[in-house]
Amino acid sequence: MTRDLLTLLPELILAVGAMAALLIGAFRGGKATKFLSGLIVLVMAAGMYFVLTAPDASAFRGAFVVDGFSRFAKALILLSAALCTMMAQRFFEDEGRVRFELPVLIAFSTLGMLLMVSAASFISLYLGLELQSLALYVLAAFNRDSARSTEAGLKYFVLGALSSGMLLYGISLIYGFTGTTDFAGVAAAVKAAGTGIGLIFGLVFLIAGLAFKLSAVPFHMWAPDVYEGAPTPIVAFFSSAAKVAAFVLFIRTILVPFPQAIHQWQQVVIAVSVLSMALGAVAAIGQNNIKRLMAYSSIGHMGYGLLGLAAGTQLGVQGMLFYLVFYAVTNIGVFVCIQAMRRDGEAVETIADLAGLARTRPKMAFALAALMLSLAGLPPLAGIFAKVYVFLAAVEAHLYIPALLGFLASCMGAYYYLRIVKVMYFDEPARPFEGVMGAGMGTILALSGLFTILYVFMPAPLLYAAGTAAQSLFR
Amino acid sequence: MLQAIAFYFFSAILIGAAFMVIAARNPVHSVLFLILSFFNAAALFVLLGAEFLAMILVVVYVGAVAVLFLFVVMMLDVDFTDLKRGAQQYLLPGIAVGGVLALELIFAIAWRWTVTPHAIGAAAAAAPAGVSNTVALGRILYTDYIYYFQVAGLVLLVAMIGAIVLTLRKRPGVRRQSVRRQVSRTPADAMTLIDVEPGQGA
Repeated sequence: MTRDLLTLLPELILAVGAMAALLIGAFRGGKATKFLSGLIVLVMAAGMYFVLTAPDASAFRGAFVVDGFSRFAKALILLSAALCTMMAQRFFEDEGRVRFELPVLIAFSTLGMLLMVSAASFISLYLGLELQSLALYVLAAFNRDSARSTEAGLKYFVLGALSSGMLLYGISLIYGFTGTTDFAGVAAAVKAAGTGIGLIFGLVFLIAGLAFKLSAVPFHMWAPDVYEGAPTPIVAFFSSAAKVAAFVLFIRTILVPFPQAIHQWQQVVIAVSVLSMALGAVAAIGQNNIKRLMAYSSIGHMGYGLLGLAAGTQLGVQGMLFYLVFYAVTNIGVFVCIQAMRRDGEAVETIADLAGLARTRPKMAFALAALMLSLAGLPPLAGIFAKVYVFLAAVEAHLYIPALLGFLASCMGAYYYLRIVKVMYFDEPARPFEGVMGAGMGTILALSGLFTILYVFMPAPLLYAAGTAAQSLFR
Repeated sequence: MLQAIAFYFFSAILIGAAFMVIAARNPVHSVLFLILSFFNAAALFVLLGAEFLAMILVVVYVGAVAVLFLFVVMMLDVDFTDLKRGAQQYLLPGIAVGGVLALELIFAIAWRWTVTPHAIGAAAAAAPAGVSNTVALGRILYTDYIYYFQVAGLVLLVAMIGAIVLTLRKRPGVRRQSVRRQVSRTPADAMTLIDVEPGQGA
């Protein structure tokens, strides 16, 4: 039992930290928020230390597992979550709506993500997922006086509950077929008895439920509205840490229990992937709101990532893990910029507001342009490497047509990223944004931009780390 | 024999009560029939030897959920006949869609539904001998399944925080008792003595 608890150490630290923050907040009220945000960031840093030093282990009768794969994902999630906590603190200070529950909810949501990433049975998967989603629903509606924010929260909640229902239905069918909820047990049962119709039914529902959480087509409808309505730093959290957690969970839940059923799930994943890439490339073109645009962009990028899963190989998983790093880091940078778009004491978020930014705020414009070009996949920025790894894995698994379609979608999608760069550099300047970005946000943006630009000189270490992480899944 | 009679007795009342839940015009009657059906379902669980589930059903569903329903129905002035009027026009398409789906499921699943031998073994596993199933559940809930139990607790905590975040507002103008303020009041704060000139006070 003690050993089991030690395996859970990073999660325990985060849980205790979050509850301590809740207590302090309950006594000190809103004025303690800045301190609590700092506390939560420190707790996340401590959690990160213990994540990176933890040995491989399995705890609670196989419900919870620590391996290279979970370590990689947890480090990325904790990093993104810590950055988003700082962003959120800054954003709500600017808005004048600071409340102490904000860092607490972010911490609980992050805790749920860590549990998801380590889940090795369907029950721990579901509990982790619910812990994460429940906190996210509340965060989406956090600006409770704004109709758009509450609408975002409600939509996210209703559709999230529906997807949880589908997920549970799938899990119960799989349990009915195999008689166990362990990933390892399911894998053994499928290997021994083959795939029955009940298992395939369950698998399809499982994939549908998980695709909802990823906002992959055809389960993407919630994403644009939620991205538009929710507060900007919370959207950054959705599109970095939450996407990483959902994606990593997807990989483990498909590859570990169902390696023998690859022909059954591969077609579904390919279809979801190709549709997401296509919709992401086309639907974002007409958007004027930059947050909606980022929502469609996220749908498209989830499609590229899923192509790596469709390959079902170690190379594919390695490519996906790198894709997630690139995607999370880039998105945080982009949302730091969106958060800095303020005029007359309010946040503005249309693309036209960015006009002529290169003249009013040259540094911010340069960083945002680099991030946009990286998302578009222009060499030599980080984005092109992410896409190349995933496409190569797909080609190696003989998925030529999906890879080709992905390439075409990528070319089409480049249009709307380039349009933003054009608006910033060649249009007549709009009124300048007010306020300064500040040292903290500036540093985050600079780090994100530097990663994007300089990755080309040092690709090896991160790729090696992703490779080791992927390897632990295929033993 | 006696068990069979008890089973048919409880199930007949259960089905009748369940029908009355949706058929009753008065929503308060519906909730009362709901409580009746919960009790009969609990009796069926007892017949199956699952006394823990029976207890939970009575405690949670009758004790908490149904009473909550009753409160809601009595407190909120909802015109249920008005709500039901819309349901009539969706009845036929609803039944048609549901029927087709059910047929499809039966066709797909009954066609070649197989389960692994392990699943059959797990279904047949008997409860440990010599203890009631409450004890048996308690033994594993706080040992083997402690992780699930605690995480479920965290989920509930987040639900509680969420409800407070989204709904609790500081209302201005609410008079609350503050003992400190009451005790620290002195005659000087509360009373003023005014000398009124004779003939001036009106």
